[in-house]
Amino acid sequence: MIAAIAFYVFALILLASAVMVVSARNPVHSVLFLILAFFNAAALFLLAGAEFLAMILVIVYVGAVAVLFLFVVMMLDINFAELRSGYQRYAPVGLAIGVVLAAELFIVLGGWKIAPDAMSLRFSPNAANVGNTAQLGKLIYTDYIFLFQTAGLVLLVAMIGAIVLTLRERQSSRHQVIARQVGRLPADTLEMIDVRSGAGMTEIGIRRPKPAPVPADADHNDHAHDDHGHGGH
Amino acid sequence: MLAVSLYHYLFVSALLLVLGIFGIFLNRKNVIVILMSIELILLAANLNLVAFSAVLDDLVGQVFVMFTLTVAAAEAAIGLAIVVIYFRNRGSIQVEDVNLMKG
Repeated sequence: MIAAIAFYVFALILLASAVMVVSARNPVHSVLFLILAFFNAAALFLLAGAEFLAMILVIVYVGAVAVLFLFVVMMLDINFAELRSGYQRYAPVGLAIGVVLAAELFIVLGGWKIAPDAMSLRFSPNAANVGNTAQLGKLIYTDYIFLFQTAGLVLLVAMIGAIVLTLRERQSSRHQVIARQVGRLPADTLEMIDVRSGAGMTEIGIRRPKPAPVPADADHNDHAHDDHGHGGH
Repeated sequence: MLAVSLYHYLFVSALLLVLGIFGIFLNRKNVIVILMSIELILLAANLNLVAFSAVLDDLVGQVFVMFTLTVAAAEAAIGLAIVVIYFRNRGSIQVEDVNLMKG
């Protein structure tokens, strides 16, 4: 009884927040309502006995995906009022398609039943007195290990793709040019000079930096200086 | 087993799916809200899978939900990355402006 009441409450909040996601004026509010929807869906998962998935939904979706949405919405400087224009124009079409789709779904809902031999066709029946998480772990690490690894690969590809897409080479960033470091010659930076004892630096002309460098020399000095500054990037 | 009948779950997820599709039509100009609507649609599918998994007492449905969640997370990450670079290049995320590759 209490579980049924909880189901109704969570389902109601889930649907209400889904309505707010699609109709909120401010996309930041949309994202926040999406988070609320995920929380309530996690509660529905819990009521259906899928404890591990409920936790995954809260951690991965609320913790990562929804926050990613929030970042992007807040980072991009978008004129949302302009994006809202045409709202009235699109609403009737969407409403019509939504009503047709809902009608079709409810017709399907009214006219189906579970096949009589469905229970004998199950792949991995729920074992008694073993927790949901332990059972799922046994399944994905044995029977579905290939799919599990593939899912990891999908995430890796998505990660690399997102990095490649958004990484931009900035001109101002300083990085190491190894070819230039290796190509440097001792003659470029070292100079052997005979110094008479008692003579001043200006007198023999070994003051560095040189007072009025010729252009080619200045380039040299610049290089030598630059290479010093190249630290790790 | 479920606390309420399977039909309750199917009803909720059907409504969620319809809301997601309605959201795509309603926010035709805003890619970010379209992505959020797609997340709602995937959530509806997941709810269906979990409900059937609970009714049939079969865990494979929940395994499938895990993979769906993975793909949905990857899709969201890539979609948002594309939105970010598109905004960087064009200064707008209007769907109607996305016609660079039109033949």
